[in-house]
Amino acid sequence: MASGVKPRVKVPKTAAAGEVITIKTLISHQMESGQRKDKEGNVIPRSIINRFTCDFNGQNVIDVTLEPAISTNPYFQFEATVPEAGEFVFTWYDDDGSVYDTKKQIAIG
Amino acid sequence: MNYKSWTAIAVLAAAPIAAFADADEDALVVNGEIEMITQAAAPDHLSDVMDEVYSGWRFRSDETQALQMDDFDNPAMIFVDQAMEKWDTAEGTAGKSCADCHGDAEESMAGVRVVYPKWNESAGEVRTLAMQINDCRENQMGAEKWKYTGGSMAAMEALISVQSRGMPVNVATNGPAQSTWEAGKELYYTRTGQLELSCANCHEDNYGNMIRADHLSQGQINGFPVYRLKNTKLNTAHARFKGCVRDTRAETYSPGSPEFIALELYVASRGNGLSVEAPSVRN
Repeated sequence: MASGVKPRVKVPKTAAAGEVITIKTLISHQMESGQRKDKEGNVIPRSIINRFTCDFNGQNVIDVTLEPAISTNPYFQFEATVPEAGEFVFTWYDDDGSVYDTKKQIAIG
Repeated sequence: MNYKSWTAIAVLAAAPIAAFADADEDALVVNGEIEMITQAAAPDHLSDVMDEVYSGWRFRSDETQALQMDDFDNPAMIFVDQAMEKWDTAEGTAGKSCADCHGDAEESMAGVRVVYPKWNESAGEVRTLAMQINDCRENQMGAEKWKYTGGSMAAMEALISVQSRGMPVNVATNGPAQSTWEAGKELYYTRTGQLELSCANCHEDNYGNMIRADHLSQGQINGFPVYRLKNTKLNTAHARFKGCVRDTRAETYSPGSPEFIALELYVASRGNGLSVEAPSVRN
């Protein structure tokens, strides 16, 4: 498993019903492209986050395929409409099979 | 063309330059709650040369400024998190972590950054934060010293500094530290390199002006360690000093050398009264 991987998410705690909110996510990850070589000339194997998803109450909000050209610590900012109180689930999929997830509650208020 | 129209052209030409000059008027509030002092009355020892001191933040573009206004957007916070893990990790022959002695960094390190570099009575020398960290590692933990300007050191400095965010810098310039401070002042005004530039030539005489594509700040170090967009990592004050001296085309002093320690104390004292912003974001 890649070391030092830590997901971070910023979601407002409350929103009005039907409000469009801005969500920011960041995962610290080295995103090794697989193109680089080490001092001995050996290719450093690719190790990236290859997929990121966000679901709200079981419904998909965003599903992203990440490619090797995406730089270290991928950051996503996107908008979502909040029809009701519930839970956002954020999931990152690592090349090595690791899955990192974070959940955030949002209330209507 | 008569004299008057030449004057008109001169005024027109001056206008766009005026837009660059000096610090802007933006206010820095981090996370919507920590209000930073980015402009303060110059400390007494500078009263002959300037009236006010400004944080480097005020000289940056709106886009760069915005990165520092929210911890989520501030890329330096990743390094603070990494240092937090190290804080809790036991290392060295003593099997101790930072937390074993210092407990919660949020409490024990609050206000520490504002007074560094400072005189250490038992060691009989002026110590920077980095020296103190390495002293802990070597003598308390039995661990290997970190490279003075390395990633681990910069991150740990950032973790310690962030606990003092918003507090005004207040380093002592008198007492036992005075001779070091004076040595630092001497260096600040000494021209170096083939370009024969001293710190003061840019950061005192010309702040607010453009040096080629760069908008010169006062060279304050209240925001160090700083995340620089140009190298996407945390940079320590000594690494920055080295870069500056190198840019005068001189052989530089080494990071951690007595010269740079003195210079750090002196430059820090020029920013007495400005908030600790570390880890800040600059270009």
